[in-house]
Amino acid sequence: MTTTEARPTGRKPAQIVDMSWDPITRIIGNLGIYTKIDFANREVVECHSTSSLFRGYSVFMKGKDPRDAGFITSRICGICGDNHTTCSDYAQQMAYGVKPPRLAEHIVNLGEAAEYMFDHTIFQDNLVFVDFCEAMVKATNPGLLARAERTDAPRGDIHGYRTIADIMKAFNPFEGEVYKEALKVSRVTREMFCLMEGRHVHPSTLYPGGVGTLPQPTVFTDYLSRLMRVIDFVKKAVAMNDDVFDFFYEALPGYEEVGRRRILLGCWGAFQDPDVVDYRYENMNRWGRAMYVTPGVVVDGELVTNDLVDINLGLRIMLGSSYYEDWVGEEPFVTHDPLGNPVDMRHPWNQTTVPVPQKRDFDGKYSWVMSPRWLDGRTGDHLALDTGGGPLARLWSTALSGLVETPYIKATGHSVRISLPKGETLPETTLEWRIPKWSNTIERDRARPYFVAYAAAMALQFLEEAMGLVRAGDTKVFENFEVPDEAIGCGFHEAVRGVLSHHLVIKDKKIANYHPYPPTPWNASPRDKFGTPGPYEDAVQGQPIFEENGPDDFKGVDIMRTVRSFDPCLPCGVHMYVGKGRTLTTLHSPTYGANHG
Amino acid sequence: MTTHSGTTEVSGEPSRGEDRQGFDEIHILWISEGMSCDGDTVSLTAADQPSIEDLVLGLIPGLPKVNLVNKVLSPSLGGEDFLAPYRAAARGDLAPFILVIEGSVPNQNVIEGDGYWTSFGNDPETGEPQTLNHWIDELAPKAWAVVAAGTCATFGGIHAMAGNPTGCMGLADYLGWDFRSQGGLPVVNVPGCPIQPENFMETLIWVLYHAAGSAPPPPLDHMLRPQWLFGKTVHEGCDRGSYYEQASFAGDYNSPKCLVKTGCWGPVVNCNVPKRGWMAGIGGCPNVGGICIGCTMPGFPDAFMPFMDEPPGGTLSSIAIKPYGAVIRRLRGFTNELVNHEPRWRHNKRKLTSGYDPHWRP
Repeated sequence: MTTTEARPTGRKPAQIVDMSWDPITRIIGNLGIYTKIDFANREVVECHSTSSLFRGYSVFMKGKDPRDAGFITSRICGICGDNHTTCSDYAQQMAYGVKPPRLAEHIVNLGEAAEYMFDHTIFQDNLVFVDFCEAMVKATNPGLLARAERTDAPRGDIHGYRTIADIMKAFNPFEGEVYKEALKVSRVTREMFCLMEGRHVHPSTLYPGGVGTLPQPTVFTDYLSRLMRVIDFVKKAVAMNDDVFDFFYEALPGYEEVGRRRILLGCWGAFQDPDVVDYRYENMNRWGRAMYVTPGVVVDGELVTNDLVDINLGLRIMLGSSYYEDWVGEEPFVTHDPLGNPVDMRHPWNQTTVPVPQKRDFDGKYSWVMSPRWLDGRTGDHLALDTGGGPLARLWSTALSGLVETPYIKATGHSVRISLPKGETLPETTLEWRIPKWSNTIERDRARPYFVAYAAAMALQFLEEAMGLVRAGDTKVFENFEVPDEAIGCGFHEAVRGVLSHHLVIKDKKIANYHPYPPTPWNASPRDKFGTPGPYEDAVQGQPIFEENGPDDFKGVDIMRTVRSFDPCLPCGVHMYVGKGRTLTTLHSPTYGANHG
Repeated sequence: MTTHSGTTEVSGEPSRGEDRQGFDEIHILWISEGMSCDGDTVSLTAADQPSIEDLVLGLIPGLPKVNLVNKVLSPSLGGEDFLAPYRAAARGDLAPFILVIEGSVPNQNVIEGDGYWTSFGNDPETGEPQTLNHWIDELAPKAWAVVAAGTCATFGGIHAMAGNPTGCMGLADYLGWDFRSQGGLPVVNVPGCPIQPENFMETLIWVLYHAAGSAPPPPLDHMLRPQWLFGKTVHEGCDRGSYYEQASFAGDYNSPKCLVKTGCWGPVVNCNVPKRGWMAGIGGCPNVGGICIGCTMPGFPDAFMPFMDEPPGGTLSSIAIKPYGAVIRRLRGFTNELVNHEPRWRHNKRKLTSGYDPHWRP
């Protein structure tokens, strides 16, 4: 069994209601979540996740100039377009055999650090946290809010809020203090981004071979002064989030089961070390392990591999419930990798995308998202890895590998320590993210502000190194290259919400095949041909319901918290809800209940 | 000392007495389920002049009260709760509203049988997905104004490039370029991939002033773009434009000079980003080292690819400018050398040589 074990059910005669949320709000893209909820036992018994958007990047990229790939693939996503451009440039640099100058790598790293800070902040504080804000808790768990009003916030000396309910109030949409401040901070961090990459969302200054950003001291000073202005907000965000999440565990015993999955995490690594990376496939293990976020596959708490070659070769794109035709009968594009290892027909290098629009059928095909899986060589299982919304897998993988040690960050084997300098009101602070007991909704959300701190700490290092180069007169940011007649390349990176890979095949100097795999297809994937549910489905299926409302006025907040904890973003692949407990089809279905109760 | 400030409280009195012909309250129904990346919504949240919270909280004087319904920012949990205003508008129970479409509009007619390229909620009767096209057909004729946000919605954009499987197009291609909303406006196109945040907010606010009855409709060009934003070219606002004039061209991306030879389309692209910056005056494209790939243009992207090669027209015009540019650059070099010296009368000797003529002191 590759998924989370079933939880014991059937204590009371089931009372099953179909409930769906489509579209899901406060995410990017088209996502629908369709569930069957047993109100008698207060748990979700079944979940289907569906994406209702197809645009066809891997179709219309064919035959184009490969150098255009970064500009085009940026448009896959309106929130992490730069992650795509960066990843595409990594893949192209492998194919062209070009290594950008060191300063260019620092500039890209600084852009990506600003992107993580921006995106995680706006997502956590303006989208996710609305599910934990006073207005929402009042509508779903009034008893909990009463308790929050009586509970002092343990870290009030850092963030300044006296009670847990005060924090929740500060997150009320458009009116709460933190909600509004987060919008502002998300603008400052985007300005930092624009200093390095020109434009947000779709960057203008990134090229294969380097960047066009003018590496004048001013851009670094402008970045640094903005970073230092938000550094205390980052420290406060960690403290506020910890207070609220700890309160949930304490006030609602069993909340750790909400969104809990078997630990199946993937991280493809971020922040290249300019002194090690050469983009050669043959050396990918070496420079992959030197990344400042360590790649890795984590299964049941154990690090299976942090070798990008293993990670690459284990990728499998499965069908089963997706609106596509299979391609296994086609000629493969790549039979062996540059090290001579065989490449599977279901690997992205060999994939062909043939869309077949059709009726949505939850017993058959029901999503435009395919099902990426990772073949665990030890067991032969096709694992439905998730990304923990990004930060959870990144911190987990980095902590276990214990390879990152910088002036501001240390991976210890069981934790990641992050030091941030003195800010306007708060002193120098060391935060420690420890590997949690569970891969669940709360830990996915908790990891996010810690990773904002991580990105800020990395930015400080990249700034120092970049300024060192500029002061020494080493201001080269672009290296020229030739597009070869035939080549293959792969890029591994972390989009904000998790693993991102681009696979490229060039023939006659044109794109013969191009398949980007962003995080959301991993997280939002439907059941594959083995019947294995995707991570959203698996995490929601079987989760308990703590909301106090009954079926008639049910909001589904616990389910929404789970789905949003993964940071859904489905331009790269998705729709949930029925307000006021509107029942779509079945109430108290005895037949259904007999099978599933 | 008095504490009287001089202000007079006239509680609740409007500042202007005349009757306005417009609305006091309006809904913005924003659908991002076009074939988009939602980058226009994300870009919108970057606007600070004014910001989205300023608009929603009513901090801009003279506008109707705005009820924004946008999936990304909606405080609702989603699904039918979120869709309620859209359903009400489709029934004719919610007016007036501005319909904002984000993303390219797919061609459903290329699909045989069931199936859809993009959907937005389900048909309450059948449970089947409702296509974007269904919602546009229902809502556009009832909308007081229709705004297309971003190049996908205006002209089709990236997803409409050659070789695309979905047959998608811009909103005006779908509705017809002679479409008029209930308020008598054509589709208001705000291109950009994505929208420059302040360009969009400013256009939206002009439409809202018009809705309030206090402004004429926004002036649009033949491609229905706001004239004051898209009337000039990138080149005309680019701080590398003067390098072009002096025929100083970058050979690769390491250079601060004009980027035309490395793929920049600035001289022929209608866009104000180098002048306005990307947000709060920061960032941009050629001004900060990025080639202009024409992302605001109806011909985007196909007319501009491959992006990293010199535009065909660039070769001729850059040859033409060479002799002129070389002479001018040289002459300016002389003058620059001259003005890089201080005048000779600045010294610490006893004799004043500055030409100052003391007339009251001997």
